[in-house]
Order: sequence, then structure tokens, then C-alpha cells
Amino acid sequence: MRYAMAIDTLKCVGCSDCVVACQLENNVPIGFCRDWVTETVDGSYPNVEIELRSERCNHCDNSPCVRCCPTGASHIEDGGIVLVTQDKCIGCGACIQSCPYDARYSHPEGYVDKCTFCIHRVRKGEKPACVAVCPTKCMYFGDLDDPNSEITNILKNRKFKALAPEAGTNPHIFYLI
Amino acid sequence: MKTRRDFIKISALGLGAVALTTGTSKMGLGLPLFGNESKPGKPGEPVRRIPTYCEVCFWKCAGWAHVDAQGRIVKVTGNDDDPQCNGRLCPRGTGGVGMVYDEDRLKKPLIRVTENGEQTYREASWEEALDYVANKLKEISGKYGPESIALFNHGTPGSHFTHLLKAMGSDSIAAPSYAQCRGPREVGFETTFGAEIGSPEPTDIRDTSCMVLIGSHIGENMHNTQIQEMSDAIDKGAVIITVDPRLSTAASKSKYWLPIKPATDIALLLSWIHVLIYDELYNKEYVGMHTSGFDELKENIRNYTPEWAYGITTIDPETIRKTAKEMADAAPSVIIHPGRHVAWYGDDAQRSRAIALLNALLGSWGARGGFFMKEGAAIPKFEHKLYPLPAWSWHDVLNGRYPYARESVTTSFIEASVASPENKHQVHAWLIAGTNLPMAVPVKELLLKAIEELDFIVVVDTMPTEVTGFADVILPECTYLERYDGLRNSPHRVPTVALRAPAIEPMYESKPAWWIAKQLGERMGLHDYFPYEDYKEVIDWQLNQMGFSLGEFEKIGVKVLPRTKGEPYLDNSQPHAFNTRSGKIELYSHELAASGFDPVPVYKPHSEPEEGYYRLIYGRAPMHTFSRTANNPNLTDLMKENSVWVNPRVAKLWGLKNGEYTYLKNQDGVISGFPIKVRVTERIRWDSVYMVHGFGHHKKELTRAFGKGANDTELITNVLIDPMMGATGMRGNFVTFVTNNDEMTKEVES
Repeated sequence: MRYAMAIDTLKCVGCSDCVVACQLENNVPIGFCRDWVTETVDGSYPNVEIELRSERCNHCDNSPCVRCCPTGASHIEDGGIVLVTQDKCIGCGACIQSCPYDARYSHPEGYVDKCTFCIHRVRKGEKPACVAVCPTKCMYFGDLDDPNSEITNILKNRKFKALAPEAGTNPHIFYLI
Repeated sequence: MKTRRDFIKISALGLGAVALTTGTSKMGLGLPLFGNESKPGKPGEPVRRIPTYCEVCFWKCAGWAHVDAQGRIVKVTGNDDDPQCNGRLCPRGTGGVGMVYDEDRLKKPLIRVTENGEQTYREASWEEALDYVANKLKEISGKYGPESIALFNHGTPGSHFTHLLKAMGSDSIAAPSYAQCRGPREVGFETTFGAEIGSPEPTDIRDTSCMVLIGSHIGENMHNTQIQEMSDAIDKGAVIITVDPRLSTAASKSKYWLPIKPATDIALLLSWIHVLIYDELYNKEYVGMHTSGFDELKENIRNYTPEWAYGITTIDPETIRKTAKEMADAAPSVIIHPGRHVAWYGDDAQRSRAIALLNALLGSWGARGGFFMKEGAAIPKFEHKLYPLPAWSWHDVLNGRYPYARESVTTSFIEASVASPENKHQVHAWLIAGTNLPMAVPVKELLLKAIEELDFIVVVDTMPTEVTGFADVILPECTYLERYDGLRNSPHRVPTVALRAPAIEPMYESKPAWWIAKQLGERMGLHDYFPYEDYKEVIDWQLNQMGFSLGEFEKIGVKVLPRTKGEPYLDNSQPHAFNTRSGKIELYSHELAASGFDPVPVYKPHSEPEEGYYRLIYGRAPMHTFSRTANNPNLTDLMKENSVWVNPRVAKLWGLKNGEYTYLKNQDGVISGFPIKVRVTERIRWDSVYMVHGFGHHKKELTRAFGKGANDTELITNVLIDPMMGATGMRGNFVTFVTNNDEMTKEVES
């Protein structure tokens, strides 16, 4: 089992529904977020292109956040999901500094928080909140070890990229381009 | 008695004490309203779900409010069975819960009083406020007739007050959704096909092969079904052609982006029509079977070559031909999208008609992948006494203008509220429900004059919006998640019915619009129009008549019904009776010619900015609706202010840096109330600037929204009226940047 997410940049309109759905699903306090949207603009008028990306924790195989955690709070669960055990976290923030994707934040209650791939939903057979809400259906979530899963197929058939490959983290969020 | 009506800060008197203590306590902590017993659960853990349809915008997607054991709405999600949202709400719908828990909500009825020579509001009981409003309305109705009481409305609260007004004998009812928004396209399509577009749009985007967007920015306007289907169309490889002076999100997804010079759209549309006809690319069978006036159109369009349009639009002739060919190749599975907010330049009905003509030539009206024939549900009307016939109505305040207006024109009622020898009819009181007029209708001076002269103004709203500051009485409405409302009937490919039930009891002392309308009605002797104790009885009766029940709908929320009017597509093998004078699609309109308008659209140049000024273009952001959501805690967290988009070359000229703030000044010297953040971007032309509408709130009671960004409506002082139907064109305004300190210290109205 290896969970991953693919996001189609050709369909994403950057509406931030994934952000607000995540905040409400996971009770993320206002002013913080576990996922966010970026926009990059290339070229000059009228030869301009933009790319919109919904970003979050990349649930890396080789996760610097897990390596640097002094208490073992940051760990990898079954399916490759990187999680933080809240009551083991001392809030030192080393993981925040080590993440090449800036995916973690200090929760006001004193621990570090981040995307969980909505593991509480996934275990019930549901999709993560961001995937389930997306009006453009641009997000795909599933098991890369399953040769018949939607995500395996889409990554087989479409061109894609991952962010910050130079960090060597082996990320598991893929952007279809 | 006419009183000077100061714009009042609502919190001036006594409101501080209300706070949250009256919140959920009044009704016992928002106990479950339905039979399904609440299971014990942790705070934040949903234990039951209640059906609703969204009211954050007009699309009205059906969804579920998820409530925890403590009686708090945790989240709102889409209803999988609703073809309008397919289980996926847009960010505004998802963040709709923020409307409920916004602590700045209106909490108690407020009545305007004068204390120590200063006008302010004091809290009142519902009993007192309703008695006061009913007595005032009776008095005004007795003195000047019920027609002198006008309603400005938007959304579902409006329907309940519409009923009240009609029961009183007034049909003086207007909504900005017509003359400030989609009116022109309804006229353009009606004069061509004999049918309006309506809402939601019957565009078959899901199955289209080619979609053309002209200034319509699907993806930034989150009309849910449209955005979902555009995404499907992208998956299927549909060609998207976007015409926009700005690289909109949709433009960035398009095969062709035509970065048109603003205000020249009609020239481009005419040249496309020219190419379709003179290169014989049009759908000959369809045109032969269903249209009239082809030869006259051909003759009228003779000179509008792509080369002619090049010099006007800056779109090169090759691109015009290539894109026309793309449309023809896809026909009839092609949509030249009618857009939604189309009140731009004062010739908007004609521009919309040019769009309709293109669709007619391609045969897309009634085609799969074009425009389908929509069908709504047959929901029986709840019986009540017949409405009295008003002595005069919205037609009469048009004073002979706007012969093609099919709905009332807001600005005509505002004009009719100012004493003038031209007024045959005078409006004396306003009821305003669900619309923030100062940020919706761009006639500030006229609005202020009317407000000054009116005898009485009542505002019903959930939030202390700008318009509440002008009210004599403010009645706090509860949000859509706290009330029953009429069944949703949105005509589309298939008829559907959706239920809105309260997820929690109304917070504070807010009340549903139906209750407020009924209470006023009862006090005005109109009991026979409100033969129910709870609006739930109306819904229950309607559902029973249709063979369903309220209990069933509380479990399912939405139901798809079978079509009764046959296939949603036209049978092109035989003539169809179009609801036009000729019974055909009118490519050349003798009716328009007879009433003094162009029978075929004509390009007329519009005014251009002087040196140092830039055309003000405005639009939507996906996480906000109008000026309604700028204080929603969940949605402001996504976007808390608007910015002014400036081309890098222009920014360099003015020394503007990305992220710094500037005031904007328009051609009439009006300066924005607040500064706006500069966004230097290649996505906008050098002759224009762009901003998202709905920001720059002046009301301090909107604590998150106050002073955030600039309000485009106050910079729109040059209003271009469409003589056909009265739309207020808003794109003829030009702004410049004010960085000079003296001008920046302008006093802010608040």
C-alpha cells in the first residue's frame, strides 16, 4: 500500500475549495492551513501562461521531517502517510525548518500540524476532504501499489512532475502537466 | 415627515451587551430538530446531517449541514444526488458555515432614534419592531397606495417579501440581478430565439466540443455546474476560446486566448458572423429549417471583415478566421457562452444578440453540446387569496423607456423615489431584503437622494451591510442554515426539487424571512395570504401534492424527476415553433427595426481613457460572492482583500511596486474610499486595470471587511444605460493612481 495524490494543473482553477474544506474537516484554526494554492505566471503579455497548484505535505518516502524529529512524533504510517502524534510533539519546530515544501505549521495548541491525507476518512474508504470537494475534479488520490487504481492509471498515461526533486525526498504529490 | 437619514454605525447603542450569551441558549443549545436521535459525540464530530441548499450565491447547490452532538454546524458538503453540484460545493458553499458563526451578524431588531441630537439605533423586541414597521407601511399604503412601497431583493428571502408586497397590492419589486447583471443577455436571446437564458444557464458544457467565453470568467465565477462541466470538457479535449483583455483563469486553460482591446467585443462578434456567412461555414440545414432573415443579415454584415475588425479589436484576421473555423468544425456542439454579468457598455443587449446570432448560425441552440431545452419541476402553488391588482407597476415607472425590459429596472424605482415633475408615480418606502444596494447599483448620488427623501426604509439582512446604515428599522434575518425556505426548483437537463431545512435553531434573535413576512402580513390584516403557522406546512403540502413527503426529503434532500417535455434537444428534421413574431429564429429583427433599434447589431466605438488613465475592469474571485462574503471568517481567510492588477509596464511608469498600496481616482475625480494593494502582473493589458468586486466595505461593524481593499462600485460614476432594457453599463470608467499625500488623506465616509 502506497498512498499518493495526483493533481491536474490543466483543470485546477485555484479556487481554494480544497483549503477551506480541509480547514473545516480537520478543525484547522482560522489563519492556518494544511493545504494552499500557488500561482506562477510565466511570459509577458500577451504570451503569458499560468500554473495553479494546490499544495500540501508530499508524504515523502525519504522525509527530512521524520529524520529530524527528536521525539518520534513525526513518523510514517502504513501506506506511507507522514503523521505527527500530537501528544509526543514538543513543538520544537525542527521539522518545520527541514521541510522543503513548507508544509508544516505550529498549531496554537503547541504541536506541529500538517496534512494527514485525511487518514480518518481514508480508513473509512472515503477520499480526503480536498479531493472529495474539488469542483473541477482535478485531484486523484489512491494506492500506487494497486496496478488498477485510478491514480496508477493516470500517472501511467499523463505527463507529470513533482516539486523540489532536488531535495531527494521522493515526494508523493504529483502534478499532471 | 421627511427626516435626514444619516448613515449610522449600528453598534452605537447598547449592542455590546448582546454578545454571544443569547446565542444558542435561547432554544436550548440548538437541539436536534428532527427525529433521528443525536448520538453522543465529541465536539466537532458530526452526528447528524440536515439537507439544505446553498444561499451564498444564486446557484443554490443542494448539500448537507453536518452537526455535532453539541448542536454546532461542523461543515457543509454537497449532495451527491444533486445534478447541479454532484456532491461538490464550491469554496463559498463549503465556507457557508462562516455565515452562521460570523460574530458580526445582526442579532436583534434595531430602530432608528435620535439621542442627544444624534441619530442612532436602539435595540427593540420583535413585537415592537414588527408593530412599528406594519403601522408605518399601513400608513404609507393608506396615504399613497400600496404601490408606493417598493421591494429591492435578492435570493430566497426576496421571495417571501415579494409575496408580502403582492398581498399588499404592490408589484413595485426590483432586483439588481436584471439591470445590473444578466438582463441584457436575456433580451439579446429573447429577440433572437424567443427564449431567455435564465438561471442556471442551459449550456451543455459537459458535452461540448467547443466553448467560446467572452469576458466570462468561469473558474473565477464559481457557478458550480458550469465549472464542473468545463472541467469535464477539458478532459474530453474540447476547444476553449476565451476573449478577455485579461488572462483570466479560463483564458489560461484555453486553446485560444484572444486578448481583445476592451469595449470592442461587438466588432469581433460581427467579424466572426461575417466569416461564418461569407466563408460558408454556417450550419446551412439548421439555418434553412429554423431561421428567418438570413439574406438581410448577410447584407448587413457584408463589411465586417476580419481585416476591419483587426483595426478595432487588435485581434489579427488569421486568428479570427481560425477560431471561426474551430466553432464551425465543432458545430452544432458549440457554445458561444452568453455570460452572466453583461451590463458593460450600454449596448449590451445588442452584443448579447450578436452572441445569439452566432449560436443560431452554428445551430447550437437546442443541440447536444450547445444549449439544451431546460425543464423545471412542476411544484404546485400553495393556495391563498388572490393578490389585489396594483394600480401601477414597474412598467409605469419606466416612463416609456426601455421597451425590451422584461423585468423591473432597479434604477427606475430609485428614480421614482426622488420627487420630480417627470414622476407619474412616486415611491415612498423601501423594503430591502438580501441586497446591499450601495455596492450593487452604481448610482450613488441618486441612491443617496432617494434615501434622503423616502419616508421609510426597512432592511432585512443577516449582516450589518452598508445598506443597513440607511434603514429606519433593521430586522435581523437568520442564515439559510437556520431556516426552512421554498423548495428549490432549478430548471436544467432534468427537473429537480431540493429541500432547505434548518440545521440549527436561529442564533441570537434572528428570524427566517418567511416568519418576518408573515408577522408583518398578519399585522396588516393580510392573514388570508399566510394560512400557515410554519412555512414547513407549505413545503409539506407541496411535497404531498407531488407524491412525496417532507420526512422523505429530510432524508434525501434532493430528488431528480423525469422529464415530461421530451428530449432536451431540438429535432432538426422538422420546424420548431419559436416564440418570436415570425415563429423562427430571427436573424434580422423587423420588430427591433420597428421600435427604432438596430435590426442587426452594429459596432459603435466607446469612449477611451485619457492619458494616465486605465479602463476599470472588475470581476469575481472564486471564494467570494458580490459584497456579501467579505466578512465571512472562513472565506476572508482565503482572500481578505482585493488587489488592483497592473501591467508591469504601467507599474514601472508610475513607480508602483508589487504589494504596495495605492488609492484609485476615476475620470470624475472620485477617489476610492480605501487604498488597494497593487498586483503587478503580466495577466492584464497595459490600457486596463482589474479588481475583484465586493471589497472596500465602509461599515465598521463588518470588522473583518472594513477598509479592506477598494470598492469598484464607488469608482463607477459613468453609467452607460442600455436604451433597449435599462441595464447600467459599468465598464466605461477609467482610473488613475493617487500616490500624492494630500489627496490620500481624504475623509472616509463611515
